Amino acid sequence: MPAKPATGILSILKTAVINATVALVLFSLMIGIRTEAGSEGQLTYWTRFGELASLVAAVFGGSIVIELLRQWIGPSGAERLVPPAVQSGMALLGRFLAPALLIFALLVPVIFYNQRYILDLSILVLTYVMLGWGLNVVVGLAGLLDLGYVAFYAVGAYSYALLATNFGWSFWVCLPLAGTLAAFWGVLLGFPVLRLRGDYLAIVTLAFGEIIRLVIINWQSLTGGPNGVPGIPRPTLFGIPLDSSDDGLAAKLGIEYSPTHRIVFLFYLILAMALLTNWVTIRLRRLPIGRAWEALREDEVACRALGINTTTTKLTAFATGAMFGGFAGAFFATRQGFISPESFTFQESALVLAIVVLGGMGSQLGVALAALTMIGGFELFRGLETYRMLVFGMAMVLIMIWRPRGLIGHRAPTVYLTKAQAISSDLVKEGHG
Amino acid sequence: MDYFTQQLINGLVLGSIYGLIAIGYTMVYGIVGMINFAHGDIFMIGGFIALITFLILISIGLTAIPVILLVVLLVSMAITALYGWTIERIAYRPLRHSFRLAPMLSAIGMSFVLTNYSQVAQGARVKPIPPFITGGYTLHESPDGFVIQLSNIQIMVVITTIVLLAIFTWLVSRTRLGRDMRACEQDQTMAALLGVNVDRTISMTFVIGAALAAVAGLMYLLYYGLVDFFMGFVAGIKAFTAAVLGGIGSLPGAMLGGLAIGLIETFWSAYFSVEYKDVAAFSILIVVLIFMPTGLLGRPEVEKV
Repeated sequence: MPAKPATGILSILKTAVINATVALVLFSLMIGIRTEAGSEGQLTYWTRFGELASLVAAVFGGSIVIELLRQWIGPSGAERLVPPAVQSGMALLGRFLAPALLIFALLVPVIFYNQRYILDLSILVLTYVMLGWGLNVVVGLAGLLDLGYVAFYAVGAYSYALLATNFGWSFWVCLPLAGTLAAFWGVLLGFPVLRLRGDYLAIVTLAFGEIIRLVIINWQSLTGGPNGVPGIPRPTLFGIPLDSSDDGLAAKLGIEYSPTHRIVFLFYLILAMALLTNWVTIRLRRLPIGRAWEALREDEVACRALGINTTTTKLTAFATGAMFGGFAGAFFATRQGFISPESFTFQESALVLAIVVLGGMGSQLGVALAALTMIGGFELFRGLETYRMLVFGMAMVLIMIWRPRGLIGHRAPTVYLTKAQAISSDLVKEGHG
Repeated sequence: MDYFTQQLINGLVLGSIYGLIAIGYTMVYGIVGMINFAHGDIFMIGGFIALITFLILISIGLTAIPVILLVVLLVSMAITALYGWTIERIAYRPLRHSFRLAPMLSAIGMSFVLTNYSQVAQGARVKPIPPFITGGYTLHESPDGFVIQLSNIQIMVVITTIVLLAIFTWLVSRTRLGRDMRACEQDQTMAALLGVNVDRTISMTFVIGAALAAVAGLMYLLYYGLVDFFMGFVAGIKAFTAAVLGGIGSLPGAMLGGLAIGLIETFWSAYFSVEYKDVAAFSILIVVLIFMPTGLLGRPEVEKV
């Protein structure tokens, strides 16, 4: 924790001792004692003073290191560490980064054709890129904080899953339907929150996400409840299935069947869907409605004074964002072949929101890089199953303290009067008005 | 009618627990204008610390139940308050002058940290305790055999809540700290100019809120006889709903909202469906915000350009 600016080894030691004492009290019962319910329901406990001691020692050592670093870098923070030459070099790199990344993404199935794990992981990353770009419309462009985005993802996934398993409809028929249904729910959520101010909007969207999840869990006759929907059909290439049967794609092309074909197909499918999201967003930003979103984010009162209908502006933002969430959900359902309410918890919403915020709110490239970083980072910690969310939470706190305006980028407004000002997430007013 | 009365008692007890948590939300929102998203998890930590203290006290052979309860209450309030203080210090204070989204996201991150911290430290399974306070009174027995019960634990929850509220009201309205808190709520810069230590006052707000949440955690543990690492999330949203319903920033409003949410949830489970009780509570949040955004006792906010 931050201490008063002081120098000298004594003050550093004092801070470290105070921090270690606080840590000792905090961890004494929670770490030092481990409880577990026995076989007959009675609680037993045992002590873990070794772990407690090492944690307190880690806090002690950690605060010494942090204090030393703070005195070495000085109060102006980490900005000084980066020389201007490097910064301009980074700017130059940034201009070529997006095309380079796109070409790399197109080549991923070619390069890693035999590495199933990498292909699966890149499909996952692209799903989150698409979700991030979809949420970016709501949070980054219109400045409305949405904590329940995963609800639309769930609506899309369940729409496809139920239509496909009950009526046998094809993926390509269900995809627009899933998007439409999700957009409809977006408008439905949009109506009540139109008048909301500040953080209230965040909490209401969170409540809405939970309601959708609870309804899915409890409406067993329709959704299968906690057991989920199994046996969701795989996507076809406009009617041609990607399997080893006689009228499958491999047989028609006269090549040997391989299960990787389907993975590669899924990869290009989600890549195309994500790029569509990106393209639509970029185009929308040049239309009056996109300009209105950005104006709404900058100043809602001025927006109304200029005669912009804030109601329709907010509703379209919610609907557009929700529609892309629905598309991504339908894709998720067809890729997994099985969905259950467990995939649509609040943690997913927070993860997508974290991607948008870390990406710098409104920067399309930033969101893509943030998705890559977050999902890649999640994979690195997969071995530490239980510690993963702990690390995720800590990272969220630390990044907010260190760089609250996003790790990667900021975004200039699409139109400006005399000079472009860096617009950042500090202008997001979460639907002020 | 008897069934109704019984549900009324149950609802008031549940509402007292929600009210105690809601006060923490409303106080922090009043002073720093942020939703302390991690407050529900502070309540969960309070429950865990109470559970562990119980275990230790029993295993060293203490049998006098009033002494055990008092010690557990004090220990869990003290340690949980320190949690509140530390979280404010680490995750919120560096962001006080940042944009509004930053503390909110930091709080969401902190909530994940606390949930998973207790999962890692204490395991994912539900922790039951044997009932400590047993017995009760039969208020009324109807001819068809339905009995209205008022258990001792229910009486204890309500009495503890009333006593704490009395102390708390005195603290806010009569003491120096309470005056400082109200001053910071109105205008932090002016309060600082007049010699109020704003940082300390905000820290104390978090400490008091966390201590009240710890009491709620202890009550929950005694009333339901179990704790688990995930209970903070839903309880937190419901308590926040209570704070909004009562009018956020208003202390009596938080208690009133807590009681209302407790009653609504209990009656919904009793007369409609248990499965959808959380849906009912969350829907109320949305309905309240649409039709009366300032809540029952809140002040309307003036829109400034």
